[in-house]
Amino acid sequence: MSYFKVIAAIVKKDILMEVRTKQVINAALVFAVLFVVVFSFTMEIGSNMEQKLSGGIFWVSVAFAGILSFNKTIGSETDNGSFEALMLAPVDKSAVFFGKVISNMLFLFLVEVILIPLFLVFYNVNIIGHPLMAVVIILSTYAYSLIGTLFSIISVRTSSKEIMMPVLFLPFMVPVIIAAVLATNVFILGGQIQFSYNWIKLTAVFDIIFTAIIYGIFSLIIED
Amino acid sequence: MNVVLLRKLDKIFSILLFFIIPLGLYFAFIYAPVEKTMGLIQKIFYFHVSSAWVGFFAFFITFLFSILYLVTKKVEYDDLASASAETGLLFCTIVIVTGPLWARPTWGVYWTWDARLTSTLILWFIYVGYIMLRQFMEENQKRAQFSALLGIIGFINVPIVFLSIQWWENTIHPNVVQKGGGGMHEDMFTAMLMCLFMFTVIYIGLVIRKLRIINIERQINYLELE
Repeated sequence: MSYFKVIAAIVKKDILMEVRTKQVINAALVFAVLFVVVFSFTMEIGSNMEQKLSGGIFWVSVAFAGILSFNKTIGSETDNGSFEALMLAPVDKSAVFFGKVISNMLFLFLVEVILIPLFLVFYNVNIIGHPLMAVVIILSTYAYSLIGTLFSIISVRTSSKEIMMPVLFLPFMVPVIIAAVLATNVFILGGQIQFSYNWIKLTAVFDIIFTAIIYGIFSLIIED
Repeated sequence: MNVVLLRKLDKIFSILLFFIIPLGLYFAFIYAPVEKTMGLIQKIFYFHVSSAWVGFFAFFITFLFSILYLVTKKVEYDDLASASAETGLLFCTIVIVTGPLWARPTWGVYWTWDARLTSTLILWFIYVGYIMLRQFMEENQKRAQFSALLGIIGFINVPIVFLSIQWWENTIHPNVVQKGGGGMHEDMFTAMLMCLFMFTVIYIGLVIRKLRIINIERQINYLELE
């Protein structure tokens, strides 16, 4: 099978599984929505804090929803030892990995698609007010899924995966979170658009560097 | 590595440190002049900066030996990478503790979200994750492979973290407090080099000690299995 066919097969399998069980999206979505609602209590009613904080709340809630959903999708693979079986398949091992990255990314997109109107309703903030925001969302969500999938593959094998995942994931994602939040703020607060360019470039560089490295060494860390 | 050789090296470095540590302290506290504006508190500079350099060097060694481990799969390289990471984390902790102690009397605050300070903190968290991962992972081979991966991508992430925090900081307050600034007194520079030398020897000594512990642990496990 060609590289992209493997990726497509994994994505198709994950979507099918998700359509039947709905466990990932239910858990991640309820969590993310709750996060947004609870966060509104930290702000004074009538203050204009929502405008300034929305970008941060959005990306942090996506990060935490991500941690939940990555652990679920990878956990479902390792529970019955099916991940080892997948790795035995006579295909490129990194293709299986990137298949999982793409399906995790699709689940996160779904969470974001539902969160964006919620911000409009609760905070009166339009997250996707500028077409460039789509680029920010795609690049950052890919970064979240790439590193999240990798770290959840690692942390499900430890004796305390619930702690290991955020401890590895959150500090590592600091540059992406900063870039995503500040780029989003440029669009929400109506700053000059070129201020977002550097952040978009930074996220793109992050994506390219770590995609290349993981592509290069994934087969080395998974072989037994 | 050879257990006998490690024991010998450990002894040699213990004796060396017995002389080098007082020497380093002499240079920092007596030889170097007292700074005019900051006073005695400036002495912390020698320990703060040296441990920062040694900490970064330690993580670089971890990065290097993680790559070597993945390429050759030799257990010794994994031992060295982990021993260096643990020692590096110690020096990184010293940086984070001495930083605020120094900042309070000179800048008036314990913490500023300065790029160097903040990225050291993030670095600290990344390597805490590295150590925790090693603690929580049962299988030896998987532990070595996964922590090698973390040792590599964690180190590569450092400049990206630094850059992002620097840009972030500039969007909030464009005029950052710059420490140091002008030239340094010649004697201060000598004292600084001496402390750096002292910390480097401490680092090597600690890594050798840690390697010895790893080897002894392995022997005990082996005996238990028998």
